[in-house]
Amino acid sequence: MFRNQYDTDVTTWSPAGRLFQVEYAMEAVKQGSACVGLRSATHAVLAAANKSANELSSHQRKVFRVADHAGVALAGLTADGRVLSRFLRSECINHAFVYDAPLPVSRLALRLADKAQVCTQRSWKRPYGVGLLVAGLDESGAHLYYNCPSGNYFEYQAFAIGSRSQAAKTYLERRFEKFNDYTPDQLIRDALSAIKETLQGEKLTSSNCTISIVGRKDDGTVEPFSVIDAKRIQEIIDSMEAADEVPPADAPAESSSMQEGDDTGAAGADPAAPADAPAPMDI
Amino acid sequence: MDACGTQAAAAAAGGEGTQRTLYPYVTGNSVIAMKYKDGVIMACDTGASYGSTLRYKSVERIKAVGKHSLIGGSGEFSDFQEILRYLDELTLSDHMWDDGNSLGPKEIHAYLTRVMYNRRNKFDPLWNSLVLGGVKKGPKGDEKYLGMVNMIGTHFEDNHLATGFGNHMAIPILRAEWREDMTFEEAIKLIEKCLLVLLYRDRSSINKFQIAKITTEGSTIYPPYALKTNWGFSAFENPSKGAVGTW
Repeated sequence: MFRNQYDTDVTTWSPAGRLFQVEYAMEAVKQGSACVGLRSATHAVLAAANKSANELSSHQRKVFRVADHAGVALAGLTADGRVLSRFLRSECINHAFVYDAPLPVSRLALRLADKAQVCTQRSWKRPYGVGLLVAGLDESGAHLYYNCPSGNYFEYQAFAIGSRSQAAKTYLERRFEKFNDYTPDQLIRDALSAIKETLQGEKLTSSNCTISIVGRKDDGTVEPFSVIDAKRIQEIIDSMEAADEVPPADAPAESSSMQEGDDTGAAGADPAAPADAPAPMDI
Repeated sequence: MDACGTQAAAAAAGGEGTQRTLYPYVTGNSVIAMKYKDGVIMACDTGASYGSTLRYKSVERIKAVGKHSLIGGSGEFSDFQEILRYLDELTLSDHMWDDGNSLGPKEIHAYLTRVMYNRRNKFDPLWNSLVLGGVKKGPKGDEKYLGMVNMIGTHFEDNHLATGFGNHMAIPILRAEWREDMTFEEAIKLIEKCLLVLLYRDRSSINKFQIAKITTEGSTIYPPYALKTNWGFSAFENPSKGAVGTW
């Protein structure tokens, strides 16, 4: 019977100086499946873990292209996220129409934050229940921002949001200092590794993640924001797994026996095979 | 009379009627501009005519816009002043984002193109030809920019530009003599040659010129000065000689 008296609308302060409705919206971000973003000086990569709502459905899109130079990955209420990504697209296209130039990423993130802030100060509104990783390219290089429902936004070298994102953050925190000099390929690999951390033992395949990239090539031209196709992702995942298996080669007997064990396990337990089967089909 | 009649008709129809620019009143002459080794150079005279009367002798028609651009305007002077007000507003609000980004000449030119074309579509044009020049750091190093836009929104870029009568008198000279790697001194010499030709042949130009340059270091607008003229050319003494059908 301890009902909170101070959380019935966004504009009501608690005596402790908190806005509960805004905090609840921040919680919504943590419910969504994880998203990861990281950047080098020239490229930014967004990655998302795809989760389907139930066995019979497909997953919802988590990564959206905003313009050639920018895109977002979102965690939380996807429906809110779609509204916001449409807003971002419209801002970008209007800027391009008037100035014949892409909207700087810092301004894109700021406009998004301003839009979110309004919802925290109007009694008849509700905050957006979505967190967005905004990645993009402008004259000063690649950028990564995190926009949250409270209207705050932060610039990051690398960040993760969504459920179990702490594992990905820990992974990124160990490595972020080298990211600025990373090649696009290295960024993608670390993005995949970070996403893998959030899966809690579930196998990482091209069907349960989405990776996108934007950046500037060495010749100064823009590599437009695009989602990398599943076939290439699977190739990268396979090559990463192959690389992971090399170090145990110090003890070849052990690793080979493990592989044998796996083989016999798969062959022996036939019902397990159909469970693995969907992966190749998703390519 | 005609304008009053139209207004009377509009009033009779129950509306106040609207006023549009039907013709320019106070106009400035040609603007000449070109790229050179370090940036962009721009020049024009400081006269403004009321109809065909040379009414004002020291108006400034070249202004700096933000940190990276220069604008030169010919045509209706009050419309040019209004455009300068738009640009002040634009660069101020751009500055107020306070995020280190700033509009370059390309963006300003695109903005002006939208303004000019929009007003033309309202059948209420801003009666100007505008030249926009500048230098800004891009991903491929310093980039020079020179473009123009006119009262109906036609816009383009070029290495050298001239508006108004200069389009007829100065462009042939620039096409023949302009080079990409001209020094500032060479550029001034070529610009002055064009200005002098315009002074001789354009009845509404005056012998008081202003030159401006913009480089990565910023813009400089030099104080007005006069050019030495020589009216003793034989073609000037009897201009109709050999031209059948003239006085």
